[in-house]
Amino acid sequence: MELAEQKRLYDLAKKVRVLILNMLTNAGSGHTGGSLSVVEILTYLYYSKMKHRPNEPTWPERDRLVLSKGHAAPCLYVLLSLNGYFPQEELFKLRRIDGSLQGHPDFKRTPGVDASTGSLGQGLSVANGIALGLRLSGRDSRVYAVLGDGELQEGQVWEAAMSAAHYKLSKVLAFVDANGLQIDGRVEDIMNIEPIVDKWRAFGWNAQEIDGHDFQEIDNAVKRAQVSDNGRPNVIVARTTKGKGISFMENNVRYHGVAPTMDELRRAMQEIGGEVLIEEKN
Amino acid sequence: MGLGDLCVSKDLVGLRDVYAETLIEMAEENENIVVLDADLSQSTRTARFAARFPDRFFNMGISEQDMIGTAAGLALSGKIPFVSTFAIFETGRAWEQIRLSLCLSKLPVKLVASHGGVTVGEDGASHHCIEDAALMRALPNMTVVIPADSCEMKNILIESLSMKGPLYVRGSREKFPTVHCPPMKPRIGKASVLKDGKDIAIVACGLMVDFSLQAAEMLKQDGIDARVISMATLKPIDEETIVAAARETGAIVTVEEHSIIGGLGSAVCELLSEKCPTLVKRIGIYDTFAASGLPCELLKMCGLTPKDIRRNVIEMLNKRHV
Ligand SMILES: Cc1ncc(C[n+]2csc(CCOP(=O)(O)OP(=O)(O)O)c2C)c(N)n1
Repeated sequence: MELAEQKRLYDLAKKVRVLILNMLTNAGSGHTGGSLSVVEILTYLYYSKMKHRPNEPTWPERDRLVLSKGHAAPCLYVLLSLNGYFPQEELFKLRRIDGSLQGHPDFKRTPGVDASTGSLGQGLSVANGIALGLRLSGRDSRVYAVLGDGELQEGQVWEAAMSAAHYKLSKVLAFVDANGLQIDGRVEDIMNIEPIVDKWRAFGWNAQEIDGHDFQEIDNAVKRAQVSDNGRPNVIVARTTKGKGISFMENNVRYHGVAPTMDELRRAMQEIGGEVLIEEKN
Repeated sequence: MGLGDLCVSKDLVGLRDVYAETLIEMAEENENIVVLDADLSQSTRTARFAARFPDRFFNMGISEQDMIGTAAGLALSGKIPFVSTFAIFETGRAWEQIRLSLCLSKLPVKLVASHGGVTVGEDGASHHCIEDAALMRALPNMTVVIPADSCEMKNILIESLSMKGPLYVRGSREKFPTVHCPPMKPRIGKASVLKDGKDIAIVACGLMVDFSLQAAEMLKQDGIDARVISMATLKPIDEETIVAAARETGAIVTVEEHSIIGGLGSAVCELLSEKCPTLVKRIGIYDTFAASGLPCELLKMCGLTPKDIRRNVIEMLNKRHV
């Protein structure tokens, strides 16, 4: 990847973080840590990789993305809005009854959302189904799925892992956002899922392990996955940091499901040189 | 505050807090009690049990189906499992595991969920649970309870220890106003008549009991004397209290934070259509998904406020008199 392209993506990633934190603070609830850990993955996909048309969200030839860890919706919404699927003002109606942006992605309500999610473990199956359908229709679109590492505890994920390999769904590329935390603590302490990479390989997938905040590594891994089609589905286990970018949120399980306070937002913006875009509520 | 102006009472208690407290009290006495959770132990409050009895707590990770099966196994080896997560994942994700591994074998496993209804709020439709009573009521051997307040919650949990079969109890994210006063002792299978009345009977469960009491208060100004019944146990339903209410008032309104399909309203209609055909109005969620929003906004959107109950009662009585 060209240096200029890397720089463009890092600048975008910062902008995405600024918007995520502002919109969450404004909403007063939502999932901060797991939205920040997928920023580079989703920014890369929506700006550098996916074939899509914001002015035609249901374009049949588009690549699809299933955000299986649906609670990271704020990150998805920011990218959809920056790409022009809907106006940026909508971000500040997140989780509100008068807005279109639900707490978890809703296919019917939000343009650009390819599948409804929020109940963990279901997204990879849906991605597989989309891939099967696209193959039947003779389209060569790709299907991306983004899963959490805690989410891998759901049995359905492994049922889907089996069927993707069985049906040779080589157009499916799954990312595991392996930030090492879930709600109740460290994945390793709650219900260990390691060795993750070996598990996927044993299920018949090509598996790679990368630093999920490094665009160069993401780009290399995605290209490697897509250049040589050996008939297997691909997974990229992205080692990430929950709460990435904000020192007091990083690796802090407390920020799984709470939004920043106004004061925390100010501190966060100071740290990353971003702007507070919302007004204090009383 | 999530319930906003819908709640007049200041005496609000979290059912999940009462759950944790009662669980710990019971576990001090009964060493067979064990608890399972699926990565939501902060929200369900079982983390408090875990802190007190780490060896008797099993966090199964995000795997509800495995959790139900494991609870069945623990029951088969003589333990008394209490199993908690959000209502939608507890009843929805693991329904067939509940059916086969718990209900068919009639195992004494207590499913105590938090986050029932639409008052889950901002997380949105994926996390609301408006079908749990329907799902659980359809299962042979299952007892289904939706407590209205901390008093019902506590008494039912204590009584559950002597039950032989599986039990489902729905809790909530929001704190609930207290509707029972001591020395009332709510029991499983027995409704509580909280206010007597002769013109109409409002049968409710969960948060809607308080709202029905508020509605009954307002209805006094309309010259309507409404009976209010807390029907915490949806199954087995208290036939006697419902049939008596139907005979004595001639009109029934049911109110629940649940789909009108399969829950309290359905249970009451099923009973009355066979035992004492009576006009029944079901108030609940009309076969639709809600959305993200504040609990009080969603209750208003779904027509589940004291004012809505009042309006429905008046409409119902007008209809009966034509
Ligand atoms: C089936 C199901 N069970 C429980 C939950 C509640 N829940 C939401 S996020 C979460 C933890 C997810 O952990 P992980 O997949 O590691 O995501 P991340 O740490 O990246 O946020 C849980 C248990 C859910 N959404 N779906």
